[in-house]
Amino acid sequence: MSLLDQGIFEIAKKVRSGEVSAKTVATEALARAKNKNKELNAFITLTDDQALEQAEKVDRMVSQKRDPGLLAGVPVGIKDILLTKGVRTTAGSKILENFVPPYSSTVVEKLEAAGAITIGKTNLDEFAMGASNENSAFGPVKNPWDTSRVPGGSSGGSAAAVAARLVPGAIGTDTGGSIREPAAFCGLTGIKPTYGRVSRYGVVAFASSLDQVGPMTHSVQDAALMLQAISGKDPKDSTTAVQAVPDFSKALVKNVKGFKVGLPKEYFADGIEPEVRAAVDNAIAVLKSQGAEIVPLSLPLTSHGIAVYYLIAPCEASSNLARYDGVKYGHRSKDSKDLMDLYCRSRGEGFGAEPKRRIMLGTFALSSGYYDAYYKKACQVRRLLRDDFVKAFKQVDVIAAPVATGPAFKLGEKADDPLAMYLNDIFTLPPSLAGIPALSVNCGFTKSGLPIGFQLMAKHWDEEKIIQAAFTVEQNLGLAPRRPHGF
Amino acid sequence: MDFEAVIGLEVHAQLLTKSKIFCSCPTAFGHGDNENVCPVCTGLPGALPVLNKQVVDFAILTGLALNCKIQKHNIFARKNYFYPDLPKGYQISQYEEPICLGGKLTFLVDGNEMTVGVTRIHMEEDAGKNTHHGEFSLVNLNRSSVPLLEIVSEPDMRTPKQAGEYLRALRSVLLYLGVCDGNMDEGSLRCDANVSVRTRGAEKFGTKVELKNINSFRFVEKAIEYEIGRQIDLIEQGQKIVQETRLYDPDKNRTVGMRSKEEAHDYRYFPDPDLLPLRLSDEWIDGVRKQLPELPYEKMNRFATQFGLPRYDAQILTQSRDLAQYFETAVKRSNNPKGTSNWIMSELLRVLNDQKKEVADSPVNADQLGDLVRLIDQGQMSGKIAKGIFEDLAAGKFSNKTVEQIVKENGLVQVTDTKAIEAVIDKIIAANAGQVEQYRSGKDKLFGFFVGQVMKEMKGQGSPTVVNDLLKKKLKGE
Repeated sequence: MSLLDQGIFEIAKKVRSGEVSAKTVATEALARAKNKNKELNAFITLTDDQALEQAEKVDRMVSQKRDPGLLAGVPVGIKDILLTKGVRTTAGSKILENFVPPYSSTVVEKLEAAGAITIGKTNLDEFAMGASNENSAFGPVKNPWDTSRVPGGSSGGSAAAVAARLVPGAIGTDTGGSIREPAAFCGLTGIKPTYGRVSRYGVVAFASSLDQVGPMTHSVQDAALMLQAISGKDPKDSTTAVQAVPDFSKALVKNVKGFKVGLPKEYFADGIEPEVRAAVDNAIAVLKSQGAEIVPLSLPLTSHGIAVYYLIAPCEASSNLARYDGVKYGHRSKDSKDLMDLYCRSRGEGFGAEPKRRIMLGTFALSSGYYDAYYKKACQVRRLLRDDFVKAFKQVDVIAAPVATGPAFKLGEKADDPLAMYLNDIFTLPPSLAGIPALSVNCGFTKSGLPIGFQLMAKHWDEEKIIQAAFTVEQNLGLAPRRPHGF
Repeated sequence: MDFEAVIGLEVHAQLLTKSKIFCSCPTAFGHGDNENVCPVCTGLPGALPVLNKQVVDFAILTGLALNCKIQKHNIFARKNYFYPDLPKGYQISQYEEPICLGGKLTFLVDGNEMTVGVTRIHMEEDAGKNTHHGEFSLVNLNRSSVPLLEIVSEPDMRTPKQAGEYLRALRSVLLYLGVCDGNMDEGSLRCDANVSVRTRGAEKFGTKVELKNINSFRFVEKAIEYEIGRQIDLIEQGQKIVQETRLYDPDKNRTVGMRSKEEAHDYRYFPDPDLLPLRLSDEWIDGVRKQLPELPYEKMNRFATQFGLPRYDAQILTQSRDLAQYFETAVKRSNNPKGTSNWIMSELLRVLNDQKKEVADSPVNADQLGDLVRLIDQGQMSGKIAKGIFEDLAAGKFSNKTVEQIVKENGLVQVTDTKAIEAVIDKIIAANAGQVEQYRSGKDKLFGFFVGQVMKEMKGQGSPTVVNDLLKKKLKGE
C-alpha cells in the first residue's frame, strides 16, 4: 500500500515519529501527481522545489525533536485561488496566468506552520465560478471515478487530486457549494466552515460575503484535523470571528445519541435521482439507528436561494474583479490605443465567459435605479433565509440533506446551459447564504460506481455537531473500501 | 434681473494619522515612489482592509466640533469606478450611513455672524497619483488609502466671500482639533464647490454646477465669482445651465466643462462585504468628546468678553490655537489685553509673516512680548526701547533670555532718577528759549517737541511718565 493511501492522520503520525521522512512522502506525492496529472488535469502548477525544501525543514525538526506540527509532512494540494508567495497563483484565469504573488494567504501560512507540504496548486473554475470545473482557462478536470465526467466545481482540481490519491488532503473554497459538490462527486469529505471561521486573507475574492476556505479529504477525521490547522481569528481579515476554536477531534464520536436531526421537506422534493435519494435515506437511517431523533421540518425560502445567490454573488464579484484592469499586474493587452481601450481589451482578453457573464449581471444589478429591486431585495431575502435556519436550529442539532440532485454529470453535459449549471447548486446555496457550517460526506455509490454525497448543516460555529454526525455515518455505514479504477 | 447665487462646499480633509486607513503603511510624504505601500493599498488579489481606529476617533472629534449627530451604526461602501490611481477599481467610502449628520458651523463674515449647515461627514480612502510623461503615465500609490474626511455643507452660502470665510473657519476648526494640517497647496485640504444662481427671492434652486480643482485658498472665491458670472451671462442670454462638473483653471481664471450629467459615473455603491458594520458605543463617543478643545468661535467670543477685546482683535487672535495660546500666555505677564493684542497684531504677525514662520517657531516668545508690554505700562521702559528689544529678538538676538536679563545686560534700565532727568530738562529749556516762550504763551502742541528733545538727549532711556511730569512743572516755571 502506498503511503499516499494512508490518510493525513496516519502520515503525520509516521512522520512525527520518524518512521517515514517527510521528504519520502513528498517525493512520492510529486511523482504520482506528475504521472497522473496528464489524465486528470487536477494541478495547474506543481511546486517541486518548494515542496522538497519544506519537507526537509519538517525532517530537520523531527531529528531535532522539535514539534513539526499537526500536519507534519502531509502533502497537500492548494486550490489555485489561495495566494502562495513566489508561486504563481492563477485563480484559473488567463488574466492572472503569470501572476506570482509577493505574499502568502493566511491559510497557506497556517498549513506550513502545521508542517504540511504544498505539492501544487489545484485546478478550478475561473475565479471559483462554476460547478463542474469546465470554466478553467487551464482546461477541464476529469473525475477519477469516471474520466468522462466532471469532478464538480469549483474546487474540482482539489477533489480529483484527493480522490485519485495524489494527495491525502487538499484545500478548497466554497462560495455556494464549491467544496461540498466536488466532494460529493468525488466521494470525499469536504467542510465549508462557518463564515468567519477561516481567514480569507490572501484568497482571491469571488463573493466576499460568501467565500470560505475548507478542507477536502478522504475521511472525516482527516477533515477535522485539517480544519483544526486553518481555523481562527486573523487580524488581517476583519470578517473572521474572535470565536474560540474547539478541539474538533473531540467530535469524532461514532454515535449521535441525543441529537435531533432535521429533514427539511424542500430538500427532499421531486427531482432527486432515485439512487441519490436511496443513499441519502440510508445515511439518515444510520443516524437514527445511532441514537438520533428525526424531525421533519420546513425551510420555505429554500427555493429562493438560487435567485438570491445569483444576485449577491455576481454583484460582489463585479466589484471584486474590477482590480484586474491590466494596469498593475496580470494580463495587459498589447494593442491598446488609450486608457479605455486598455481596460476593455485587457479584460476582454483576460476573462473567460463565466466571469464576464457574472460581471455583467452584477454590474447591472448594482446600477442606479436597479439597486433597490435587485441587490437590496436579495439582501433582505438573504436575511430571512438566515432567520429560517436560526429558527430551525432551535429545534434541531443538525439538518440533513442531499448535496446535489444527482451524481457527477458528463463533461459538456451542462456546459452550454448556464442556467442548468446554476440550478445544480440548489441544495448547497442556502447554507452559504446563511453563513452556517455545512459538509459533504460520502454515503454510497450508484450502481455505475459514482460517489454520492450526504450534506449536514449546523448552526453558526457548531462544526463539531456536523463532524460528529458525519463521523457516525462514515463509521457505521459499512461501505467496503473502494478506489477509482486506474488510480 | 437681480440674481443671487447658491453655494455649497464639499471639503476633503486629509487626516493626520500615522498610518493609512485600512493598512499599517505610513502616511508620511517625501518618500520614494511606491515605497509606502503593501498588498492592501495596492489592491493585490486577496488583500483585505482592516479599519484604523484613529480615523474613527478623528471623524467623531470633527463631527462633535461641528455639532453633528454621531451615527452609532456605520457602513463602509464601495464606490466603483475605473482609474489607474484606484488600484482596487473601487474606493472604500461611506454612502448611505455616514458617521456624522446634521451639523453646523458659525463664523464671522465682515464682522457679522453667519451659520452654515453641515449636511454630513464621512470617512474614506484617498486614491494614488498619476503623472503623465508624454508617451506613458506613471502611478504612485503612496497616497492610496491615506484617510480622508469628506465634509459636505448645506447650500447656505450666497456670496463667494461667505464661501471663503466658511472654508477658513472650517480649516481653523480642523487645525484646532489637530486632525488635518489644512494645507491646500499640498492637497491635504481640498475643496469642490456646488454653484447655482436664481433670481433673488426665488424658492427653487437653479441648476447646479460642480467646480473641481480649486487647489488654493486664493482661488476659492475667484473660481466661484467667475462661475456665478458665467451662469448669469448664460441666463441673461436666454440659455440653460447644464448640470455638469467644471474644472477651474487658475491661470486663465475661468472654468472649463469636464463631464455632463449624462456621462456622469454610476458608482454602483454597495456595502463593502470585507468590513463589518462599525458600531459606536456611547463610551467611545464620550471618550472622544473629552478630547474636544475650545473651538475658534467660542474662543473668539470668550476673548471678546473676558479680555474686553474688540471682536476684530479676538477673531484674529483666535485664528489658530497656537496664536490664541500665545496671547493668553503673554497677557498673564502683561496684564494688559488690548496692549498685548496690539503688539501681536501689529508687530508679531508682521515679523512672522516676513520670516514665513509659524507661531510655534516665533523668535519672540509670549513671555518676552508680555514683559515688554508690562514694562512700558509700568513706566519702566519707553515704547521705543521696547520696540528695539523686540526687533533684536526678532532678528535672533538674545534668544531664550528674559526681558529683564536683556535690560540688565545691555544697560537699558530706564532712568527714573528725578535729579538726572531734571538736569537734562534744564539743559533743553535753556537751549530752546524761543520755544519755551511760545509754549508759555499757549502753544500747547510744542510739549511733544520738548519730550522728544529730552528723550533724544537721554537716548530714550528716560522714564516717559517722570519726564512728562517734570517737564510740565519746569515749563510752567515751577
